[in-house]
Amino acid sequence: MIQRFLWRGLDTKLRLFIGLVLLVGIVPPLLNLLMPPGSPFYVPAWMLQLVGKYLCYASLALAVDLVWGYCGILSLGHAAFFALGGYCMGMYLMRQIGSRGVYGNPVLPDFMVFLNYKELPWFWHGFDHFWFAAPMIVIVPSVLALALGWFAFRSRVTGVYLSIITQAMTFALLLAFFRNDMGLGGNNGMTDFKDILGFPVQADGTRATLYFASALALALFLMIAGAVVGSRFGKALTAVRDAESRMRFLGYRVEGYKLFVFVLSAAMAGIAGALYVPQVGIINPSEFSPGNSIEAVLWVAVGGRGTLIGPVIGAFIVNWTKTYLTGALPEVWLFALGGLFVAVTLFLPRGIVGLWGQYKARQERTKRTATA
Amino acid sequence: MTSPVKSTSALLYLSGVTVSFDGFKALNNLSLLVEPGEMRAIIGPNGAGKTTMMDVITGKTRPDEGEVVFDGQADLTKLDEADIATLGIGRKFQKPTVFENHTVRDNLLLALAGQRSWYRLLLAAPTKAENDRLDEILTVIRMGPQQHMLAARLSHGQKQWLEIGMLLAQDPKLLLVDEPVAGMTDVETETTAAVLREINKSHSVVVVEHDMSFVRALGVKVTVLHEGSMLAEGSLDQVSADPRVVEVYLGR
Ligand SMILES: Nc1ncnc2c1ncn2[C@@H]1O[C@H](COP(=O)(O)OP(=O)(O)OP(=O)(O)O)[C@@H](O)[C@H]1O
Ligand SMILES: [Mg+2]
Repeated sequence: MIQRFLWRGLDTKLRLFIGLVLLVGIVPPLLNLLMPPGSPFYVPAWMLQLVGKYLCYASLALAVDLVWGYCGILSLGHAAFFALGGYCMGMYLMRQIGSRGVYGNPVLPDFMVFLNYKELPWFWHGFDHFWFAAPMIVIVPSVLALALGWFAFRSRVTGVYLSIITQAMTFALLLAFFRNDMGLGGNNGMTDFKDILGFPVQADGTRATLYFASALALALFLMIAGAVVGSRFGKALTAVRDAESRMRFLGYRVEGYKLFVFVLSAAMAGIAGALYVPQVGIINPSEFSPGNSIEAVLWVAVGGRGTLIGPVIGAFIVNWTKTYLTGALPEVWLFALGGLFVAVTLFLPRGIVGLWGQYKARQERTKRTATA
Repeated sequence: MTSPVKSTSALLYLSGVTVSFDGFKALNNLSLLVEPGEMRAIIGPNGAGKTTMMDVITGKTRPDEGEVVFDGQADLTKLDEADIATLGIGRKFQKPTVFENHTVRDNLLLALAGQRSWYRLLLAAPTKAENDRLDEILTVIRMGPQQHMLAARLSHGQKQWLEIGMLLAQDPKLLLVDEPVAGMTDVETETTAAVLREINKSHSVVVVEHDMSFVRALGVKVTVLHEGSMLAEGSLDQVSADPRVVEVYLGR
């Protein structure tokens, strides 16, 4: 049943794209592991780490697009869900260090010893087990999204006001996570991870596996999103986006629709964040900064909102440009980002993927005038 | 609003309804009765409160005073839009609002009576019965050939047709239709009247319209609204002979 549900929503284009994502997930890690470092086919570890990061960003972009592109909820706080998933993973990784920390405390992570904690705060219990941390990666962001969405959607907060609330949420979390007495590493966050599921985080095999897992997650999210937007639910969802009050007069409980995608999207963002943290090796409060959420929205806008492929392409292009520019011309990056946003809004209202559609429409028009 | 709901045989019962916007009374002590199976035309000059009346009935606007009862039991002043729609009141807006990014058929599917809950729609595909019903409605509104066209590409008149089809798809007990023939040609107007009379065979209808030839073609009881209150009621000939009605329409 679930299998049928997942397959039904996928058109050929999306299936091909999912195949491509899986290919990008399988080939580079194999080349990294199997080729000798001197070979022209060898994929260096730094490359895996970089693209692995992009894959996580792409999942975040897809999550943003699901609420913004398909339901009209412009969330400016999605990086918070990503960061919360990341923190859950970070807590698990911290507990795996055990007594190998600088202070050698078998239970308390280094920063707690440093801050004179006597015992583990209550919410850290269980995070030494992966079977506990893994569901938390989904549950923590989902519960936050459920609570926020429940109040906002029921009170019919929409548009700019909703965007402001989500932005305020991530800002509040930023301030909270900066505090040392939150018990989550304060401003330094968590780092110096050693093992994940018993494998050393830095080892080539582990890196390759994490990279593959990120691609697999993205492929899975594309399938789920495709099934959701391709169903009758999806038709209702885009109708809510386009004419919300009309849907109410048709007897739809619009809140339920919004809440479902909002929570689903937060869960996706959380998983993406959890895969991101072991690859970059650190999680700190800066992940909550409002700018991160806004950047994620930009990826979607550049790639093409309201399409499933667009956000993935947007995340890759913008982040690749960012990596290049911050290295080559660091002072230019912020201007480039701003300029990009203006350019996309003015010239590419439907993003890069929309360009393709525009091109086809023009071709069809010329064909029709030619035959007429 | 605190008085207990009256038991009445009328399908729609409005009594003493007042709505103020910043002190301006868009509806002023309005009372109206619509019997089951009836079709009623509402006319009145611009700003008379016709659309506001529909807003009150559908739960979009809460009245400051007065009673609004549906089917002899449901107090509409206490329910929201979705509840009221579920009770069986469907509405066509003055400005056509179809779902532009959906096909004609999908617009009708969204409106189709039945499944509304999000978790059911995640898994349910349209059933055979539902598809048959869609085909039927497409025939009634004469839009079979356009069924896979995006609604955004329809002409103004076609959008009005689609809206009427969506209303039919909801299969409500009472249809509220706001200015269905605005911007239509004479031929289209006549067909619309025929379609509404057809619909009236199995549904109660309240139509708001300015177009007198259309109201005449409907041939039903007319209520004249003016400045938020009822000015006259009766057949079209009766009310157009009423000097107060003449003054309201000509004296502006
Ligand atoms: N939300 C609102 N806020 C303030 N005034 C309003 C509001 N809605 C309606 N009005 C006013 O109430 C009066 C009645 O408006 P309504 O739209 O009900 O008129 P109508 O009879 O439908 O007119 P028309 O024939 O132009 O459609 C108008 O003067 C209008 O300006
Ligand atoms: Mg009106």
